[in-house]
Amino acid sequence: MNLRIRTVFSILISFMLLLIVIVVGLLLGEDSFAINMERKNQAPSYDHLFGTDWLGRDMLVRTIKGLTLSIGVGLLAAFSSTLIALFLSLLASWNNLCDRIVTWLIDLFLSVPHIVILILISFSLGGGLRGVIMGLALTHWPHLTRVLRAEMLQVRSMEYVGVSQRLGKSRLWIARHHYAPHLLPQLFIGFLLLFPHAILHEAAITFLGFGLPAEQPAIGIILSESMRYLSIGMWWLAFFPGLCLLMVVGLFDMLGKNLRLLVDPFHGQKS
Amino acid sequence: MYVKRFVHYFLGKSIRLATLLVAVSILSFILVDSSPIDPVRSYVGADMNRVSPEQRQEIAEYWGLNEPSYIQFSNWVKAILQGDLGTSLIYRSPVKDVIAERFLASLALMGVAWVLSGVIGFLLGIVSGMKEGTWLDRMIKGYCYTLASTPTFWLGLLLLMVFSVWLGWFPVGLGTPAGVVAEDVSFMEKLRHLLLPALTLSVVGISSIALHTRQKLIDVLNSDYIRYAKSKGTNGWKLIYHHGLRNISLPAISLHFASFGEIFGGAVLAEQVFSYPGLGQAVVDAGLGGDVPLLLGIVLCSTIFVFVGNLFADLLYNVVNPQIRRGRG
Repeated sequence: MNLRIRTVFSILISFMLLLIVIVVGLLLGEDSFAINMERKNQAPSYDHLFGTDWLGRDMLVRTIKGLTLSIGVGLLAAFSSTLIALFLSLLASWNNLCDRIVTWLIDLFLSVPHIVILILISFSLGGGLRGVIMGLALTHWPHLTRVLRAEMLQVRSMEYVGVSQRLGKSRLWIARHHYAPHLLPQLFIGFLLLFPHAILHEAAITFLGFGLPAEQPAIGIILSESMRYLSIGMWWLAFFPGLCLLMVVGLFDMLGKNLRLLVDPFHGQKS
Repeated sequence: MYVKRFVHYFLGKSIRLATLLVAVSILSFILVDSSPIDPVRSYVGADMNRVSPEQRQEIAEYWGLNEPSYIQFSNWVKAILQGDLGTSLIYRSPVKDVIAERFLASLALMGVAWVLSGVIGFLLGIVSGMKEGTWLDRMIKGYCYTLASTPTFWLGLLLLMVFSVWLGWFPVGLGTPAGVVAEDVSFMEKLRHLLLPALTLSVVGISSIALHTRQKLIDVLNSDYIRYAKSKGTNGWKLIYHHGLRNISLPAISLHFASFGEIFGGAVLAEQVFSYPGLGQAVVDAGLGGDVPLLLGIVLCSTIFVFVGNLFADLLYNVVNPQIRRGRG
């Protein structure tokens, strides 16, 4: 089996798995993780694969619900950060001054620890889901902007761009025929590779207690609640939700990297 | 000539740091100022019902909260320039002292973790690069990719469960044993409390440094001078030591210095899991408790911390590295 086919296969598999999580998460209603005191604090069994918590809620259902929320928030964050990155990299290519402003902005955002910026933004919006989403959306663009800007600079100095300019093609024509084919794949892959970061940060910031109220099924909240029950040996409260989070993040990462292999003609045949 | 260049370099860097701090303080002040969280409420805390509106007014007056934002900002900046970061609302002591004490604890944690992750990551990278394509390489690579998508705090929870709850080897949390006066805590006790959080934190840095070292070593091993050295009969460890390590160690250390921001972020999470009394826990408390002076103080402090890391990285890369030095001079 050649590498390209193998890449396509793993893309399909990771895509399917993620789709299953999202669809199941959306289909599950509120009552599926209702409080049921008769079956509280149960260890994992056939009925409840991930066990139940101190209110008798099924942990598998809570985990999937939480993952769906994480993916949703991640989608929003990755999308808006990609838009910001695109806008800023276009701005950077306009002239020298703009370029310096953009690189300065990138440096500024990278000079404060990411989690501290998230805390600041969440604080300034008074906490809540809105604070988390805004924080995630506004802070994931610097790395992608850097990549896109470098790509632009490289394309701009290419001979064929100079030839087109001298042939009298308009800026728009050059942008469409020379820049876009290089930038669009980068943009799309960058969008996908932002996901793992956004999801991990979402889990981290909710774990710290910013954002969602306690009854919301978010992975971060599940894990921070589980801390109170670890010392009495309820390991399943933390183990399975965290493992699922790891797997979803890994799947997104795999999806992005494999798609990059597939799209990028220079690395398509290398492992 | 050298002296002049060094002065030039450090002058440039100082100006950079100054502009950076100005920008960060303006931006974070704007963010904090627009928050709907009432500072008086977070100062008074649970006794809010017992405070009359007049008293509230007085508190607001005392803290200067009734002034327009720009005056508050200029007062804050003036105080900072005199070395006064204000008073923490939740710890009821000067922000400077809180940060100094907490930062020391965090620094111990981050220092141990930083060294650990650097050494482990570098060794793993070398082994992996030397044995490229073998099962060992694949295992290390897989391990690194898994680590990269592992949530730090979850790993901390697992370690806590296994080593503290099941095996009982380490304490469940805190930086010192409970019920003991701070001066009586022995060094060993402190170390025992430090080890698990540091281990958790070190995992964050391993994967990037290992993958970087691996790639660099593979590049180096494919170079002409390695082929020449091999043709002379040098091989095995000696080859790696003489021709490989010198080339790959500097960029790796440099990269590791540049990861101060990530390690700070990791420390915030690790400290929360282990209730370790460091700066990361303080920033979370400040954010949740509405402690504006402390929050702003820590923002500035962490900015300087990251800047110092990047400065070292840059120094190593530009000044110490002989290849680049010659190219410039």
